[in-house]
Amino acid sequence: MRETAMLEIRNLHVTVDDKPILRGLELEVHAGEVHAIMGPNGSGKSTLAHVLAGREGYVVTQGEVRYMGRDLLALAPEERAREGIFLAFQYPVEIPGVANIYLLKAALNAMRRHRGEAELDAVDFLALVKGKLRLMDMDETLLYRAVNEGFSGGEKKRNEILQMAVLEPRLAILDETDSGLDIDALKVVANGVNAMRGRERAMILVTHYQRLLDYIRPDRVHVLAQGRIALSGGPDLAQELERRGYAWVEAEARGQQAGAAGGQR
Amino acid sequence: MRVAPAEPCVPGFLSAYPALAPRLPGAAVPWLRRCRDEAMERFAALGLPTSRDEDWKYTSVAAIARRAFGVAAAVDLSDELHAMVSRHAMVGTHRMVFVDGHFVPGLSQAMPLPAGAWVGSLAQALDTRAVDAEAFFAAADEATDGFAALNAAFWSDGAWMDLAAGVALEVPVHLLFVTTRSDLAVFPRNLIRVGAGASATVIEHHVGPEGVAYLGDTVTRIVLGRGARVAHTKLQQEGRKGFHVAAVAAEQGQDSSFVSHAFAFGGQLARAAIATRLGAEGCDARLSGLYVGSGRQHIDHHTCIDHASPRGTSRELYKGVLDEAARAVFNGRVIVRPDAQRSDALQSNRNLLLSEDAEVDTKPQLEIWADDVKCAHGATVGQLDADQLHYLRARGIGEGDARALLIRAFAADALAGIEHGPLRVRLESLLPGALPEAA
Ligand SMILES: Nc1ncnc2c1ncn2[C@@H]1O[C@H](COP(=O)(O)OP(=O)(O)OP(=O)(O)O)[C@@H](O)[C@H]1O
Ligand SMILES: [Mg+2]
Repeated sequence: MRETAMLEIRNLHVTVDDKPILRGLELEVHAGEVHAIMGPNGSGKSTLAHVLAGREGYVVTQGEVRYMGRDLLALAPEERAREGIFLAFQYPVEIPGVANIYLLKAALNAMRRHRGEAELDAVDFLALVKGKLRLMDMDETLLYRAVNEGFSGGEKKRNEILQMAVLEPRLAILDETDSGLDIDALKVVANGVNAMRGRERAMILVTHYQRLLDYIRPDRVHVLAQGRIALSGGPDLAQELERRGYAWVEAEARGQQAGAAGGQR
Repeated sequence: MRVAPAEPCVPGFLSAYPALAPRLPGAAVPWLRRCRDEAMERFAALGLPTSRDEDWKYTSVAAIARRAFGVAAAVDLSDELHAMVSRHAMVGTHRMVFVDGHFVPGLSQAMPLPAGAWVGSLAQALDTRAVDAEAFFAAADEATDGFAALNAAFWSDGAWMDLAAGVALEVPVHLLFVTTRSDLAVFPRNLIRVGAGASATVIEHHVGPEGVAYLGDTVTRIVLGRGARVAHTKLQQEGRKGFHVAAVAAEQGQDSSFVSHAFAFGGQLARAAIATRLGAEGCDARLSGLYVGSGRQHIDHHTCIDHASPRGTSRELYKGVLDEAARAVFNGRVIVRPDAQRSDALQSNRNLLLSEDAEVDTKPQLEIWADDVKCAHGATVGQLDADQLHYLRARGIGEGDARALLIRAFAADALAGIEHGPLRVRLESLLPGALPEAA
């Protein structure tokens, strides 16, 4: 018998500005697993990531999301983060006037307080961050700059993974962290992610490219189309998608929906 | 002792003057007495500003005009006063404390000053040595509104700083103006003359009691010689029911540098007019400010940068954070006179509104008469950025903390350019308490 899933999404319907984006999405992720979510532009991948992170403006009209056995949707974004959910943003936000290191420290200490642990002192914190910085092959000066301000596209993505490495989440959702990375940076990011794989941790990788999955081998690959998981498979599915594109999956999904709708009549 | 007119502001001051004038500092100095009398005549003619005055269009002083204010003729030293002074004291400064408009040596702290630096009470300077202040006064008293005229007539004391050529005053001078009681009007006046190549850092700091109304009407005049450098920081922490009207006017000599920081945190109605005239070639002026309002506070800044000579540079950045039903006015006047070729002026005013009821009137007022100039300005009014807020929350930072962090980040640039380290650190430590707590 399988243990209960870390993340369990049932019949999730989400609208943005009254426009239905997710329409009956189902997904189950267990501790220790890495899932890849692929799918055409605009199919709702980032929407799913944002809903899981608790962003305002995404209205759940139906369905439920359970995380560690709890109703995730009832939690504020900061509570989700403190419970171990981490979203690496597709478009990391620039925050002028807030030093990167300050954000890292405030975030880490918020987690630690939540877990009833003492806050790290400045020396231990710096040692921890410097270790992760090396892992990400990042320049120390980035710590003292304003969060993401003036960072290159690749630096922003690495910075997201640096935050993930420092915060050590239970469920990491990486939204196109590979987009815009050069080949060396992609390897660095992949190494950073692989270093964090473990039996207690689950990951969802949103990506358009097979390339990332050459470095981080997923347990499951899903295709999101028309607001639901249209197809799931093993790691080989990514290669097939690379060859054949999404049109066939979308056509099948449309067929299924039409069939389902017909069946209701 | 206290002269307390029962009548409202304008007639009250007019009728109080004849009895008070013989007891004001320098009463025995004929030219000074003449200055005061003339100022009183101007006040009689001008009255207090009204919304018909272009410079006071968005700031009504009706609440001041309605009230009766008294003038403190002496100081009561209380325990609370000592506590207040020690709370606002800054270590490592030459401190002069003025209580209800009067210099109190016992609360002040003198530091060794270099030869050629005179820093003391203006009243004492006039009474004890024949300072050559007449020209200085005459120029300072081109009172353009009723508040300036009132100050010129009633001023009771303030700092007189006179630095000879080449004197570098390393120790900041902290001028702490404390008002202690309700219904008082205080009229500080500071005259600061910095000789060629000399430099000084001055902190003009206004504090007062919470919960009661009083009026502070201050004039500070700064004259910079050739190549002189002055950093002036005005820190306004009046009580939340206090009225504060202040003018800072600098006159810059060739190649001089004037750095002004204005922090406005208190007062129910606070108005600061900060002006500098780049009166000779190659001057540099940097004006920055931060105003923070909540409740029903009204905070007005009128700045004027007058490029009157060629090759002057000015940089101006004012920021505002307004919560609840606070209202702010920013009017940034920049004049580039016909001769002031190759002037370079940048102005920016940015406002953060934290509530629907908060409001700001921001207006650049550029008067460019020369053609070979670089001049740019911008004003923004916005809310906290929802994406930034979400990003911080998605990293586990609570909503309140995230808002406070973003507000602080917004306000922090106002401290940039404060070169004196301990002063900057002190102001940084004041910021969290001065900024609105997160909702
Ligand atoms: N605020 C909004 N108002 C209206 N439509 C929106 C809004 N935000 C997102 N959408 C729409 O929702 C759909 C899904 O967007 P989403 O960002 O989830 O796609 P995605 O699968 O991540 O695409 P990509 O691969 O390009 O990143 C898109 O059609 C998008 O235009
Ligand atoms: Mg996306």
